[in-house]
Amino acid sequence: MTLLVEPVRMNSTAETTPHIYQSTATRTIAVDVSKVSLTFDTADGKVEALSNVDLQIGGGEFVSFIGPSGCGKTTLLRAIADLQRPSSGTVTVNGMSAEQARLGRNYGYVFQAPALFPWRSIEANLKLPLELMGFSPTEQKQRAARYLALVNLTGFERKFPWQLSGGMQQRVSIARALSFDPELLLMDEPFGALDEIVRDHLNEQLLQLWAKTRKTVLFVTHSIPEAVFLSTKIVVMSPRPGRITDIIDCNFPRDRTLEIRETPEFIAIAQRVRTGLRAGHSYEE
Amino acid sequence: MTVVAVLIVIWYVAAVLMNLSLVRGGFEREEAPYTTMELLAGTMIAERPLLPAPHQVVGAFVDGVFGYAPTAPRSLVYHSMVTLSATLLGFALGALLGIVLALAIVHSRVLERSLMPWIICSQMVPILALAPIFIVVLGAIGLQGLLPKSIISAYLSFFPITIGMVKGFTSPDPMQMDLMRTWSATPRQVLSKLRWPSAVPYLFASLKVAITISLIGAIVAELPTGAEAGIGARLLAGSYYGQTIQIWSALVAAAVLASSLIAVVSYAERKVAQRMGARA
Repeated sequence: MTLLVEPVRMNSTAETTPHIYQSTATRTIAVDVSKVSLTFDTADGKVEALSNVDLQIGGGEFVSFIGPSGCGKTTLLRAIADLQRPSSGTVTVNGMSAEQARLGRNYGYVFQAPALFPWRSIEANLKLPLELMGFSPTEQKQRAARYLALVNLTGFERKFPWQLSGGMQQRVSIARALSFDPELLLMDEPFGALDEIVRDHLNEQLLQLWAKTRKTVLFVTHSIPEAVFLSTKIVVMSPRPGRITDIIDCNFPRDRTLEIRETPEFIAIAQRVRTGLRAGHSYEE
Repeated sequence: MTVVAVLIVIWYVAAVLMNLSLVRGGFEREEAPYTTMELLAGTMIAERPLLPAPHQVVGAFVDGVFGYAPTAPRSLVYHSMVTLSATLLGFALGALLGIVLALAIVHSRVLERSLMPWIICSQMVPILALAPIFIVVLGAIGLQGLLPKSIISAYLSFFPITIGMVKGFTSPDPMQMDLMRTWSATPRQVLSKLRWPSAVPYLFASLKVAITISLIGAIVAELPTGAEAGIGARLLAGSYYGQTIQIWSALVAAAVLASSLIAVVSYAERKVAQRMGARA
């Protein structure tokens, strides 16, 4: 199933001035980042992590943020999650400020490491956000079972995190982020620490999950093939200062498989991403 | 086992060397002839040796534990129980105080900066100097017996628990704290669901230190005021009357008490760790 309306594209490569992208195909604006700048005060001077970032993300999209280390993609994700306050500019999530969205539990966050609590069983780990949010014990048990099944880990309820492999722990972490049904899923290089085979497998599972749950997903990654495979939109960023270099649309069908990685369209988009990344880098060396 | 054997051998040799002059003096006073064998044998069975031989200590210890009824004034069991009750009460009070202080310090920057210097200073003064003051002051307001000793034990044992628990409560890594923030958990939820479970290893480590110190505190509390019961009292009586074997057997009793207390805490630690998903 492809998008019915071709979105308006504004291509700009290697420009220093940011541009605003607006999609006409989506109905709601899930995340609106407006003129956001973020400067860190460190021991050896100020670091401008984000500089005048403008971005709009529609509901139901899968947006990847890709860029070299230190380009501000994690900082941008954390600003959207209200884990970091922008020095200037505003972040609007589902019509609310980022803080209100966080207090309203509008999103689930997946970190680079699974960050499961080692003293809790897998089921108890899944129930943790539900306990905090005041779901009833029966509801907690049902949701834990449902989302564990969604990531294909039924039967592991009583196990402890140390008994699971890295990939399985990360799947539990994703299930936990989804367990209270947030509208947004923010993922910060969730598969970065895993090997290629597990990564491919998890990419497919994530895509199926997205197709089934229809959430808006913001996904930070280092890997170009991963970004092109998973996303409907790729945001290319470059460092010092952190800014958006390019925004690329991917119109692959929703039920894609790993085979599309060899198709010419895929390679063309990957090439465009690579060019965008290289252009961002060329300002230093 | 080898270490123990070596230590016992060293002990015997030391006993011979240290008691030699004593025994030789004894023989010379009686103006009786003596052979080397008699000299050596003498060092092993001296009544008031400088350094009792291991078998003398073991004999006195066994006699003290099994030779008298548990409530008799000469029974080591009786004295151990007296000291144990003060130790346990002091340990409980100290643990409570330590945890309360740690919670306060972790949740308030102001308290951290104002309390910590005082807490550290409190441990600088030697307890041997403070104990008599404590007991006299508390005695003047009518508290005698078990409570002053427990307060001294608590005073000594709260410190490792405070330090350990502050470390424990601040041990969760930033990623876990961020996670709680994304779920907008209240500080109380963060305390009960994240900080406490993270602090459990630190808790048990500091409990082991605290319970030993509490025992020392209870014994020290018995020394300066001439208490009549307790291991400290036994030590005191032994030193008054020159009964070195009595002193040593009381020390062995204290050591046995300390190791059993640590064993109990370790057992509790293992049980809790099993419930909290430790690696088998």
